[in-house]
Amino acid sequence: MQRTLLAGVVGLIFGTGIALSGMANPAKVLNFFDIAGTWDPSLAFVMGGALLITAIGYRLVLRSAKPVCEAKFHVPTNRKLDLPLIAGSAVFGIGWGISGFCPGGAIPALGLGEASAWAFVGAMLVGIFAARSIRLAHGQRLAPAT
Amino acid sequence: MTEFTPVLSLLGGALIGLSAVLLMAFHGRIAGMTGILTGLLPPVASDWTWRAAFIAGAIIAPSLVLSFSDHSIAFSSPVPLPWVIIGGLIVGGGVYFGSGCTSGHGVCGMARLSPRSIAATGTFMATAIVTVFVIRHLSGGF
Repeated sequence: MQRTLLAGVVGLIFGTGIALSGMANPAKVLNFFDIAGTWDPSLAFVMGGALLITAIGYRLVLRSAKPVCEAKFHVPTNRKLDLPLIAGSAVFGIGWGISGFCPGGAIPALGLGEASAWAFVGAMLVGIFAARSIRLAHGQRLAPAT
Repeated sequence: MTEFTPVLSLLGGALIGLSAVLLMAFHGRIAGMTGILTGLLPPVASDWTWRAAFIAGAIIAPSLVLSFSDHSIAFSSPVPLPWVIIGGLIVGGGVYFGSGCTSGHGVCGMARLSPRSIAATGTFMATAIVTVFVIRHLSGGF
């Protein structure tokens, strides 16, 4: 129960950061990508702030033997660059450039009650489910849920 | 045009970073939206409760910001709805096969200097920039 509540509080902090930063606003995200047009460099500051805190914080946290609520840390160990990683990421960028939404930006945008955010998240969940069904049908292991 | 907001964006980014650090400290998990959501789709992961709680917190956060501060949250989508849906389908397939998105690869993975996350982030940033260039400057779209 306590670990579930804590996850809710952490999600609240995540969503607040997304909302304040502008990541939940497709117009702002698209302008960040539009270097040759109405460029808005704000999102570089989002990435900068997030990376700085996470890089320092992870180094402190990962010194512990285990996390507070669980038996062990679940940190990906795969370091191999492969085709699904690069092709999937390339495809993700195309969809991000079309819509202005990424998964972490769209979920808090649901709370703004915007129809486009709900349409995006619905379609995205269908996309994830379909992709996982394809991978399962081909007998490969599930992508690790990180 | 959207307003350049360096201070607010830096602050928002720092909060995103704080949430990533806390989720690792408490739950030992990467704060990647793709991975968290995937575990909530059937077949649902056995540890679905923390995932659902994280998502619920993220969804109610903007309303709390609006209720407890005089800050407004700008939102506008210049993209026609059918294209938003097409974008959503493409993003879903892409992040699943790419094992992550902006939060998982761009923040958590890059902070760990993971070679996969650095390659993924460079790739999706590049294709997003090219896509917007093609839509806005070559085809005169949204």
